[in-house]
Amino acid sequence: MSLLPSFELIRAASLAEVAAARRLHADCRLLAGGTDLIANLRHGLGGPAALVDITGLPGMQEIAAEPAGIRIGAGVTLSRLADDPLIRRHFPALAEAAATVAGPTHRASATLGGNLCLDTRCVFYNQSDWWRQSNDFCLKYRGTVCHVAPTGNRCHAAYSGDTAPVLLVLGAQAELGDADGTRRIALNELFREDGAAHLALGAEEMLLSVRLPIEPRLAAGYEKARLRGAIDFPLAGVAVSLRRRDGALDGLRIALTGTNSRPLLLSGCEALIGGPCDAEALRQISKLVQKQVSPMRTTIVPAHYRRRVAAALACRLAARLFSSPATA
Amino acid sequence: MAMILSLTLNGRQRTDLVPDNLLLVEYLRDMAGLIGTKRGCDGGECGTCTVLVDGVPRHACLTLAARCGGRHVETIEGIGSPGRLSRLQRAFHEKLGTQCGFCTPGMIMAAEALLRRNPNPEEAQIRAALSGNLCRCTGYVKIIESVQAAAGDAP
Ligand SMILES: Cc1cc2nc3c(=O)[nH]c(=O)nc-3n(C[C@H](O)[C@H](O)[C@H](O)COP(=O)(O)OP(=O)(O)OC[C@H]3O[C@@H](n4cnc5c(N)ncnc54)[C@H](O)[C@@H]3O)c2cc1C
Ligand code: SF4
Ligand code: FES
Ligand code: FES
Repeated sequence: MSLLPSFELIRAASLAEVAAARRLHADCRLLAGGTDLIANLRHGLGGPAALVDITGLPGMQEIAAEPAGIRIGAGVTLSRLADDPLIRRHFPALAEAAATVAGPTHRASATLGGNLCLDTRCVFYNQSDWWRQSNDFCLKYRGTVCHVAPTGNRCHAAYSGDTAPVLLVLGAQAELGDADGTRRIALNELFREDGAAHLALGAEEMLLSVRLPIEPRLAAGYEKARLRGAIDFPLAGVAVSLRRRDGALDGLRIALTGTNSRPLLLSGCEALIGGPCDAEALRQISKLVQKQVSPMRTTIVPAHYRRRVAAALACRLAARLFSSPATA
Repeated sequence: MAMILSLTLNGRQRTDLVPDNLLLVEYLRDMAGLIGTKRGCDGGECGTCTVLVDGVPRHACLTLAARCGGRHVETIEGIGSPGRLSRLQRAFHEKLGTQCGFCTPGMIMAAEALLRRNPNPEEAQIRAALSGNLCRCTGYVKIIESVQAAAGDAP
């Protein structure tokens, strides 16, 4: 018996071919590195009629310098992102975040696009088919009730990608495309707070690339809390970017992963600009984080721990970056 | 759906008719009869299925066989030969880097890729390269010592 459900594998060489495959097969999934999708299909999470291999699309594997910044193709692998000299020079925090994803063997095939678009996670969802069946499945897939919030009518599975928060604090734009053309949006607009439909992509759209502006003197970093140091999804992950001018904050962005059904760009940071990054500012940051994140019982670790660890990581990272030479 | 897959497996050219949904680990074990590559988990968690595709470690349990056309796939059977162990195999044997042996094929393939890339790795680099490979028996210390011993050994 085969380990995977049966499907047709289609190799797309153009966006038109992706669209044609999607029109032919109503239930069609895009395949990049497969480190998330194949594992989920093995758990019986989905039974697509076709998988479309998108790694051969033109431009998907490129990291290119442009007048306004750098364009990273959605098919660039995370191990390449972690080692690429251009990325390490301009966006070391992105290289660091990529290096915290899964293990080295995963990163050799895992792509940036797959990392941004990876499925949301939950202890009631990332289980074998028989485990979920014995639990009457759940709202996100094949069931009717959410076991995390049984009285509600939405899925709260957690977005757990590690690269999204860093890209958000670096001001990334996403380039989306289908057979009719391409469009650019702020990366923040790619996501929705719904664990069962967390991507705001059109029916035939896919992510083609991410563009990052090069902003001088911007210091950024990423930290994640996880159960197992070697390989693990973030229980909470925090990225911070900031600039310092004359001992005061001149620009501050904070984004989180693992705490909501989407990566969360914190609002309210503007209020701290112009002041020092002192104990009072850190207290404010902690408050902003604890107020805006909404971790639910989707991991084996209690939600209140994830809320507190997210706040602690944000404060620690902001303090470290504020005193780092890169911001001066 | 099925397709004709041609690849180089442990140095030998092979052609097979494979279903689109066949995983590389199933291809290796069930079609090619190479049962050295193990299957230890539901997908991507343990690393014992690690093989080399064009010299880079890959989880055979997360890789579609159909995507390996034209590639060089290496398994534990392609490392050393009966009666003539590779330096890593010898070191794992002599330094007790293997106990039950279930993780060993994956450990050796991941370590093999590391030593080809970096013949004199530091301990931290060995730990990082093997960080995706689980072992329930050895406690890892003997595995790291084995890789260090192999690195000091001539190929
Ligand atoms: C043991 C283990 C540990 C892991 N740990 C982590 C971790 O710590 N942090 C983390 O972030 N991830 C982790 N992952 C998940 C996964 O390995 C990574 O997120 C990886 O980056 C996914 O990329 P991929 O190319 O393999 O995606 P795929 O599996 O190919 O795709 C993932 C999803 O994204 C969609 N997709 C892919 N590319 C595009 C595109 N261009 N446009 C639109 N949709 C697209 C696919 O259809 C699919 O739904 C882990 C996985 C495993 C098995
Ligand atoms: S949050 Fe609820 S609906 Fe979503 S995966 Fe978990 S149990 Fe299922
Ligand atoms: S069998 Fe466990 S990672 Fe492949
Ligand atoms: S030797 Fe038994 S699992 Fe490693």
